[in-house]
Amino acid sequence: MIKLDGVTGVYPDGTEAVKEVSFEVEEGELCVLLGPSGCGKTTTMKMINRLIPITEGKIYIDGRDNTEIDENELRRNIGYAIQEIGLFPHMTVSQNIETVPVLKGWPKAERKKRAEELLELVGMDSGEYIDKYPSELSGGQRQRVGVARALGADPPILLMDEPFGAIDPITRVRLQDEFLKIQQEIKKTIIFVTHDIYEAIKMGDKVALMNEGQLVQYDTPANLLYRPKNEFVENFVGADRALKGLQLIRVKDVMNSSPPTVKADEKAEAAKERMEREGIDWLVVVNDDGKFLGWANQAELGRGETVREVMSPPAMTATVNTVLNEALSLMLSSRLNTLAVVTRYNRLVGVLSFDAIQKALSEIAQRGESE
Amino acid sequence: MRHQVILISLLALCIGLTVWITNMDKIGVMEPFTYREILKETQRHLLMVLIAELIVIPIGVPLAILATRPGFKKLAIPIIGGANMGQSIPSMAIVAIMVPLLGMGFWPAVVALFIWGLLPILRNSYAAINNINPAIVEAARGMGMTRGQIARKVELPLALPVIMAGVRVSTVVVVGTATLAALIAAGGLGRIILAGVAVSQPLITLQGAAPTAALAITLGFILERIEKWMTPRGLKAKAEMS
Repeated sequence: MIKLDGVTGVYPDGTEAVKEVSFEVEEGELCVLLGPSGCGKTTTMKMINRLIPITEGKIYIDGRDNTEIDENELRRNIGYAIQEIGLFPHMTVSQNIETVPVLKGWPKAERKKRAEELLELVGMDSGEYIDKYPSELSGGQRQRVGVARALGADPPILLMDEPFGAIDPITRVRLQDEFLKIQQEIKKTIIFVTHDIYEAIKMGDKVALMNEGQLVQYDTPANLLYRPKNEFVENFVGADRALKGLQLIRVKDVMNSSPPTVKADEKAEAAKERMEREGIDWLVVVNDDGKFLGWANQAELGRGETVREVMSPPAMTATVNTVLNEALSLMLSSRLNTLAVVTRYNRLVGVLSFDAIQKALSEIAQRGESE
Repeated sequence: MRHQVILISLLALCIGLTVWITNMDKIGVMEPFTYREILKETQRHLLMVLIAELIVIPIGVPLAILATRPGFKKLAIPIIGGANMGQSIPSMAIVAIMVPLLGMGFWPAVVALFIWGLLPILRNSYAAINNINPAIVEAARGMGMTRGQIARKVELPLALPVIMAGVRVSTVVVVGTATLAALIAAGGLGRIILAGVAVSQPLITLQGAAPTAALAITLGFILERIEKWMTPRGLKAKAEMS
């Protein structure tokens, strides 16, 4: 648990970067520090591991005043992840990940095992990458290693300073999704700094919105969107909050988990008849193992013998954990008003329809109005 | 690769010239210097350079690193500025000023070379540490490394290639400057050059200049290999990629 109590941070030149900020982060919660640049969010984070000295107020970590703990001891027990440029370029991936375990004096075999585990956890093949240097990795891979390094000595708390900031948008979304999945497993107490409201809403259990050194609103993402405390929050959230609210809903919440399917080897004629009989526009084509192969629609089914010959190829797919606004943009770029939802191994688990998103949107809008 | 071919050709040219001149019967009224004499002066020349460098490195590198430490930032201006100013004084003046201060001979020459060789090392070492990406150092702090650990495990390895480049530049410059040591009776290959000047025989001058150049090329090459060898592998991969 992290508790900030009236924390003020003044720089040597007299600038008051953070003014009397108080909030509490429960154990296992991910708290996003959000705000425009210069709002004091990074300063606030750095006061937690004392990279920046606290001028006034107290920060408690599991009830202990952090100024009473030796600063290096404190930092070794708080994972620290920054943008990918923070990796040590002269050290291999494993040496980078083992940084804090080495400082803590773990035995070599244990360190190595931990590095391998962590690399697998962040989705990288340990055999292939463990001895590579940062310069030999892509930006996304470096960022994964950065997260693995922060988890090196299994600290209960993580500080993450715009960890996905320097990554291209597609990779960023993937890293965010994967990190959320990892967080479900490891349940760390996390302070996550970003200036991106989408990222904040997607990642945070709680969001602390800051402006000019002050904490403006500390709330759940939903409350931040639908119960803005003042005009600043409203403006920061933006007029399209219904759209942003789609970030709060995941595909699994609204998908149709028993969509009409057809096997690829079935007769096209039979499939067509079935669609007419049931009054549906499309069928999902799967193979015998339930793997997603493509779409069949009525107009095209007339032109061939089996479904396989006439189906449309798969286009885009989503997973159960894709957030709705990402699913929506995937959908807009695919041909049908539907998106197949698949597992990691491409097994079909459901279908997301445009109607379902619309329904979710109108529910959100109503919720906004009623509150 | 091309770089090495050029270096080796130049080296061969210098050695070839030396051999050619040394094997001549007479140059004007003078006999050329013998191999024995050339070897003796080369040894003396090399000794002067090595002693000067062996003093410069353990003083210059730590001094420059000290100037980058948070508590000693004020030292940076006098150290780097002073060294820059030192370089703007003509090398011959530095050698000449040793005579009233320390007298003639080998050791005053070494002191002059020390002053002359200090700047490249100070400047490179200072820049090497200062140019390390601050995000890397902050990451190290944020993970709980002590000041000493950051210096030893992060800053020094990252700065080493640039520091070594400073050592190389300093050594090569000092090999050239050491020819002036002959002016204050310290010997070295400068003695042959001066003899050539005295009797107006360019070939004799060349007999001293060519081995000097050969020495500079050889030392530069050796130090470059050491520099490459000391460069951490992760930084090499980057250099190859870009």
